Amino acid sequence: MTALRPDLAVIAENVAAGSSVLDVGCGDGTLLAALRDEKHCDTRGMELVPANVGACVARGLSVIQGDADRDTVFYPDKSVDYAILSQTLQTTMRPDLVLDELLRIGEKAFVSFPNFAFWRVRLSLLLRGRMPITRMLPVVWYQTPNIHHVTIQDFRRLLKDRGITIEGNWFLSGDTSCRTAAANFLAEHAIFLLSRAA
Amino acid sequence: MATAHTIDPTQVLTLDEPLTLDSGQTLPGVEIAYETHGRLNAAKDNAILICHALTGDHHVVSDHPLTGKPGWWVRMVGPGKPIDTDRYFIICANVIGSCMGSTGPASLAPDGDPWAMRFPVITIRDMVRGHVALLDSLGIDTLHAVVGGSMGGMQTLSLAANFPERARAVLVLASTARHSAQNIGFHELGRQAIMADNSWREGDYYGFEDSPEKGLAVARMAAHITYLSEEGLTKKFGRRLQDRSEKTFGFDADFQIESYLRYQGISFSNRFDANSYLYITRAMDYFDLAEEHGGRLANAFRRSKARFCLVSFDTDWLYPTSASRTVVQALNAAGKPVSFVELSAPYGHDSFLLDVPALDRVVAGFLG
Repeated sequence: MTALRPDLAVIAENVAAGSSVLDVGCGDGTLLAALRDEKHCDTRGMELVPANVGACVARGLSVIQGDADRDTVFYPDKSVDYAILSQTLQTTMRPDLVLDELLRIGEKAFVSFPNFAFWRVRLSLLLRGRMPITRMLPVVWYQTPNIHHVTIQDFRRLLKDRGITIEGNWFLSGDTSCRTAAANFLAEHAIFLLSRAA
Repeated sequence: MATAHTIDPTQVLTLDEPLTLDSGQTLPGVEIAYETHGRLNAAKDNAILICHALTGDHHVVSDHPLTGKPGWWVRMVGPGKPIDTDRYFIICANVIGSCMGSTGPASLAPDGDPWAMRFPVITIRDMVRGHVALLDSLGIDTLHAVVGGSMGGMQTLSLAANFPERARAVLVLASTARHSAQNIGFHELGRQAIMADNSWREGDYYGFEDSPEKGLAVARMAAHITYLSEEGLTKKFGRRLQDRSEKTFGFDADFQIESYLRYQGISFSNRFDANSYLYITRAMDYFDLAEEHGGRLANAFRRSKARFCLVSFDTDWLYPTSASRTVVQALNAAGKPVSFVELSAPYGHDSFLLDVPALDRVVAGFLG
């Protein structure tokens, strides 16, 4: 699993070999290609940007152009082992509904997002009094696609409210993992593996 | 110089058995005109069938014998091109009902007279039955891919649904799984224009000096508008006048768009048979893949093992993106591997035939 973005590497390591996956917001298909080639997964993807869909098709992947907020409804219930949403939750109109959709389509779901409570973000807001611009959040507030910033604590609360089970979680600071206990403060980036009792 | 292109590579297959049609009728002595490019490998697994559109023909690469123009998809098909004749064996067959070599209403019936309106009404699936008969004669069990745009896309979907073991990959460009009321309406306009021409003579115009070329030209003019986008028409013609500085206060072709459409109509009449136009548009209007499969489009693909790829264009209002999405949703519901992309191009429905580099990348990538 070389050259994968750190959060994608975590997901790729923890997907069972030979399973079926749907990557919602799959970008240029890097993760899907790795899962197909190295884990022999049955892969499919959804992506908003046409050029990215073209890049996926050119890699031999099955990817449809679509919007995470609207177009997941056409996938049947429990049609894949894993639904994956990496770095996309915070860009959706209704993250809560998207989460429900992931767990309707997938037996389990991987969700990764940048943690808005990361200490550098907090410090930036505290000292400068302006919306933070960091490595994970590099775009000014009026142009950023991230319209629903979320912290690890917020996300855990949402999972509890909606009766979603945490099967696993991983936290990254830079490219290295960090402790679960202080994750909301120390982690730049969170990855959750989720399920929901039927 | 380039003598290869001046030789018409058309081959003709004559079917031994009559073709049984959706209407319940049979068509005897069917001939299928086709051309091939590239080389079929020993395993016979590198063949790609290209399906042509309403007024197209099998001259996908070779020069058109009547107009002398290059094949209709030379920009896509050839050595090193997205559909690569160095790697794949390309087959393109004229559909039955047409007038470019395959059996159609202008062909002679067993009694020695042209079929004219005695020709049975055919369907998209009947056209595909012709293609499958051709594949049988070539000894090709399974295609590497079947590819088509517009009406060619309908054949492609029909082949995937009705002969699921015959293609491993299915590429559908600017097409639909059913003709809408608007689609049928435009076709009916064209057919009525032909039938209103006194030279049509209830279809029995063969052997007369005159044929319903005026009616056919009007049909083509109306259809041609549906192939282009408003943006494209505005860019190409706007309100510009044709070879004059002022309006004439008459009904001459003052505007460039009028002159262009008249030219398109006349040149089409010179190369196409009016009765073929009636029959082929009818086949398209009857096309509803879901209806053939118990009313559920997903059922049409239940037995398929193929990979699918659909492409639509944002300025195509004839078969808009929603028509492709309907097919994609059905394939998703059936759990089939499918790719879909809406490409941005200014040319309307005709975009699949024109210079859209993003399309080249998708086609080459999907075919592998």
